[in-house]
Amino acid sequence: MQPHLNITEPSRAAATASSLKMEVRHLSVTYKTSRAVKAIDLPVYENRVLAIIGPSGCGKSTLLRALNRMNDLIPGARVEGEVLLDGENIYAPGQDVVDIRRRVGMVFQRPNPFPMSVYDNVAFGPRLLGLRKKSVLDEIVEQSLRSAALWEQVKDHLGQSGMALSGGQQQRLCIARTIAMEPEVILMDEPTSALDPMATLTIEDLIQRLKENYTIVIVTHNMQQAARISDFTAFLNMDSDRAGYLVEFGPTVDVFTNPKEKLTEDYITGRFG
Amino acid sequence: MPRTVLETELRNLKGEVLKQGQMVGDAMLAAIEALKHRDVEASRRIMAADRDINALRFEIERATLIVIATQQPLAHDLRLLASILDIAGELERMGDYAKGIAKINILMGDKPLLKPLIDLPRMAEIATDMLRQALVAFSNDDAETARAIPGRDDEVDALYNQIYRELMTFMIQDPKTIDQANYLLWAAHNVERTADRVTNICERTIFTATGEIVELA
Repeated sequence: MQPHLNITEPSRAAATASSLKMEVRHLSVTYKTSRAVKAIDLPVYENRVLAIIGPSGCGKSTLLRALNRMNDLIPGARVEGEVLLDGENIYAPGQDVVDIRRRVGMVFQRPNPFPMSVYDNVAFGPRLLGLRKKSVLDEIVEQSLRSAALWEQVKDHLGQSGMALSGGQQQRLCIARTIAMEPEVILMDEPTSALDPMATLTIEDLIQRLKENYTIVIVTHNMQQAARISDFTAFLNMDSDRAGYLVEFGPTVDVFTNPKEKLTEDYITGRFG
Repeated sequence: MPRTVLETELRNLKGEVLKQGQMVGDAMLAAIEALKHRDVEASRRIMAADRDINALRFEIERATLIVIATQQPLAHDLRLLASILDIAGELERMGDYAKGIAKINILMGDKPLLKPLIDLPRMAEIATDMLRQALVAFSNDDAETARAIPGRDDEVDALYNQIYRELMTFMIQDPKTIDQANYLLWAAHNVERTADRVTNICERTIFTATGEIVELA
């Protein structure tokens, strides 16, 4: 019998009991002639944080961008396999790419606020969708900024330029801008790599809160960050043909304490290559 | 990406654990030897030396925490460090058993032994040999050997039962022997517990090597 321990292991609990939000099935992405990632199968669980880790060039960002068809924007990029969102293949003919990108939002490595006010940054997406009513926009802006843990700092200066904020605040503004589109999944491509340690921890804390309402997939070079914030971890590596492939996927607590694959062990303990 | 600093630290820490284990094994054998020859002076020295074993335990603990804080170990490295903390604690307690036996010799005063000690030294030899093997297995990350070592605990238990029966007979035949027989039983119990703790070290070695938490006999 397992003894009952009065200690919490939240990541373990979080690594179970959730339904599939997205599912990557035998995905390969080719840029012109070179394959960037190959034959990737990966589940993305709802209201969980999935971290994608791996060495440079292993296709982490390619995989991430395949989750909302961002690779479509790259000339010569070709996708094989399927990416299911709530069971539907986002690459199936007739899918509305704009709607997919609204449902699966993205936050980038460098904070990239638009050169406009804080308010307009957040209201940008909803306006693009045709929302004009001020009271509705006000509500969306406030809620989005609250969700991004930025409201208290900017509520009295909504008219100031988004570019005037600190780096960490800019990144939270970008998160608020993504949230304003009411996404279901948020993709984050190294969202803290341009931030100082305090701003990084603030974003990490925010990610933990965001997963209550969103499914989050994050690419990070920082393994300690992956260990701190994710429920599941996928480790990608570059094969001899230079294409990225999935080495191991599992609950983060297992991947970081007792990985199944020698390659994963070597990578996370810093003995890689 | 080599981890020279981390690997050096891990090697050093393992070395310190082996050193602590050596001190504990020596203390146990010396405590039994002192009891066998009723050498009270030797027992006093053993009791004093236990402080060094305790100090080394805390030194190992401090160094382990520094490695965790500064090197961010994961997976096997992290399991090894967790095991080092645990084993250093086990060894400290085993040191206390040796100290306990030294104290018994002092408490027994100047009375001669009820009979020459034969089974008790034998028990201590097996227990310390198990300890030595367990530390080698730990050092080599050898789960297979670690699984086999606790089997020898049966020999220790059998000797303990024999000593127990023998001392009971003394006590029943002549109540004046109760004090000394009890002391000797206490000493035998300490040796028996030492062997039990070797099992814990073996469990830690298996955990370090495989990530699996097992309860060996």
